[in-house]
Amino acid sequence: MKPLIPETWITSPQGVLWITADMDLILVNLIDGLVTGLLLFMLSAGLTLIFSMMGVLNFAHASFYMLGAYFAFQISLYLGFWMGLLIAPLVVGVLGAGVERYGLRRVHQYGHVPELIFTFGLALLIEELVQFIWGKNQMPYATPEVLQFTAFSIAGNSIPAYKIFMIFISIAIFIGLLYVLTRTRVGMIIQAALTYPKTVEALGHNVPLIFMGVFGVGTALAGVAGVIAGPVLGTFPGMAFVLGSIVFVTIVIGGLGSLWGALVASLLIGWITTFSKAYNLRMEDLLTWLGFTKPEPIWDSAWRDLWSITSPQIADILPYILMVLILIFRPYGLFGKRDA
Amino acid sequence: MTDQLTTDPTKPAQRMRAGSLTVPLIPWVLAAALLMVLPFIFTANSAITIMNQMAITIIFALAYNMLLGQGGMLSFGHAVYAGVGGFACVHIMNMDDFFAQIPLPLLPVFGGLMGMGLATIVGSFSTRKAGTVFAMISLGVGELIAACSVIIVAFFGGEEGISGDRTYGMPFFGVEFLQQIEVYYLIAAWLLISAALMYLYSRTPLGRMANAVRDNPERAEFLGYSARWVRFFSFVASGFFAGVAGALFAINYEILTEENLNTTQSGLILLATFLGGVGFFFGPILGAIVFTLVQTVLSLQTELWGFYLGIVFVVTVMFFPGGLAGLIMMHVPAMRLGKLGLLGMPYLKTLGSGAVGCLGAAALIEMTFHARHASAGDHEMTIYWTTFDTHSVVPWIIAIAVTLIGFGIARRTAPALAEAWGQANTPDGAMR
Repeated sequence: MKPLIPETWITSPQGVLWITADMDLILVNLIDGLVTGLLLFMLSAGLTLIFSMMGVLNFAHASFYMLGAYFAFQISLYLGFWMGLLIAPLVVGVLGAGVERYGLRRVHQYGHVPELIFTFGLALLIEELVQFIWGKNQMPYATPEVLQFTAFSIAGNSIPAYKIFMIFISIAIFIGLLYVLTRTRVGMIIQAALTYPKTVEALGHNVPLIFMGVFGVGTALAGVAGVIAGPVLGTFPGMAFVLGSIVFVTIVIGGLGSLWGALVASLLIGWITTFSKAYNLRMEDLLTWLGFTKPEPIWDSAWRDLWSITSPQIADILPYILMVLILIFRPYGLFGKRDA
Repeated sequence: MTDQLTTDPTKPAQRMRAGSLTVPLIPWVLAAALLMVLPFIFTANSAITIMNQMAITIIFALAYNMLLGQGGMLSFGHAVYAGVGGFACVHIMNMDDFFAQIPLPLLPVFGGLMGMGLATIVGSFSTRKAGTVFAMISLGVGELIAACSVIIVAFFGGEEGISGDRTYGMPFFGVEFLQQIEVYYLIAAWLLISAALMYLYSRTPLGRMANAVRDNPERAEFLGYSARWVRFFSFVASGFFAGVAGALFAINYEILTEENLNTTQSGLILLATFLGGVGFFFGPILGAIVFTLVQTVLSLQTELWGFYLGIVFVVTVMFFPGGLAGLIMMHVPAMRLGKLGLLGMPYLKTLGSGAVGCLGAAALIEMTFHARHASAGDHEMTIYWTTFDTHSVVPWIIAIAVTLIGFGIARRTAPALAEAWGQANTPDGAMR
């Protein structure tokens, strides 16, 4: 399994026992986790909106994220990074709307399982398509030169300006989304259409158009995430696969259909994975502390894998463990109001 | 909004047919005879390898369809049960003293029990709900166990996996399974046994209730059946047969790695099952055969086989949700009316020209791929037994022309096909 966060992404040095950790390191990790979390949120926000509208989880959501990165890379070759940031999400959004209009709407008549399978097939197809067009190698998509400097440094750990830029973009999008959904007329209609699509249709609104619009906007958000994540997490054909299932985990933990839940779960996952990677907690210490004695010789023991587990090792599967636990004990998710 | 994720019972193409409760014997006898004869028709070693792979995939796809087609549960992590069953079997192979006591043909039972055991644990919480929750838990558990394979090295063997030797088992009537053909008959026997058992399972009251719970869990509950337990039993049974498939994989290849249980593998089995058609018992069998052929034969021909497979899959979901089996069974009414002959010529015209169009389009795709990604200076490519220069204009014009003409004729003849279809499905003397 490819890690969600590449090693180079973690700013702080590894192998620091948490007891000796000081505030500076915690702060650095908080920022790293925040960036990861907000990135996840940009994906999960669109996904959760789409789910609450159509009741279908869009398996191909992360594929649109990948398309965003690739389109932006292609555009940045000719027009520079900033035009990529502007145009690529629009293209992705239009593509997404087209998928809803000509694909999903057609499959909808067969029921939910085929819908889910359709988006799954789409995810496969997009990955193959990307490989077909751009090949299997990573693209040399880089951060813009304007942002290639150190914003500030904490206790010798430099925070690149690009991370700060990512944080600002994500927060701006979240506030914008919240504003549109809760303060504008369009947002009101969307919210109404979420709960009572038939009534809203009877009031004369074009609900299929709203659905298409929401799908388009959701995928465009994923596209934005792809544009800004591509340069740092790498633009390669597997990037959708790496992030795809984590995004599902996020919205299931947060509660399907809940925007706030998606935010909280994204940040939670971002921080959990970052912290467990940055601090090398060892199972050995925990077991010894609990009073177990280490079997000798360890390499011959059946429990050797348990004893040698370290937190960076399991960082990537922590979200899945969290999700399974949540689904067992609180099937609605953290903030969900209804059953999935 | 109802979020119940079930196949829609009002769509006949998707419904697992109830059929009669009597079990027809003839198809099984035919299948057994076919399995006996096949190695004499396809004698090449590679053919036997492909057939082994095919049989294993068939068992796995049938097990998967116990969930998807019969139970309405969409699993994104079913490879885990097959994989764990397989890993357990390799471990048994490596336990010298124990393995010397049991004949190899019994090994799949242990694999099945292992898959079943894991399914019991996971099913105890995942089958509480069908639908999205089930799909998500299956995905989560699948990712979890796949990721564990690099952490729990003692069982999964880390990145290089674990390997064993099947020949150390107790000789089975003198057979030590040194040769590929002996393994073929072992797998074929297990294929027949598992398929028959799974078919019989679908005829039991429990199998029937699985269908009822898929279509209308609420009503099943009112009839006094616990939807959850019905789902649980389907899940456990499916886990057993997945484990059997995994064990056969272990016997055939003698090595298991992380690739056998990751999400890609789970996705592929979903693909194979759905392509074949989830609505009929024989659907997954067809799907597994076609899928294995594509995977083994087409992948030798082109690097882009995944791309074509993706297109075929998406088209299937969009236009033929019944899959291959659904397409075949669509012709049953016309056959009953004895009017299947009416469709022959129109099919030949439309589908034949459509196929030519597809070949042309595939040539275009291949040429584009070659022109973009081949190493610099390499302008020659070979497709359909012809070699040419991709940087000259003529091949492109030919390919485009073939594609356009093929699809054009298909489009022109489509109305005639639709008319013939209508005629073939209308009884004589009925009002038009």
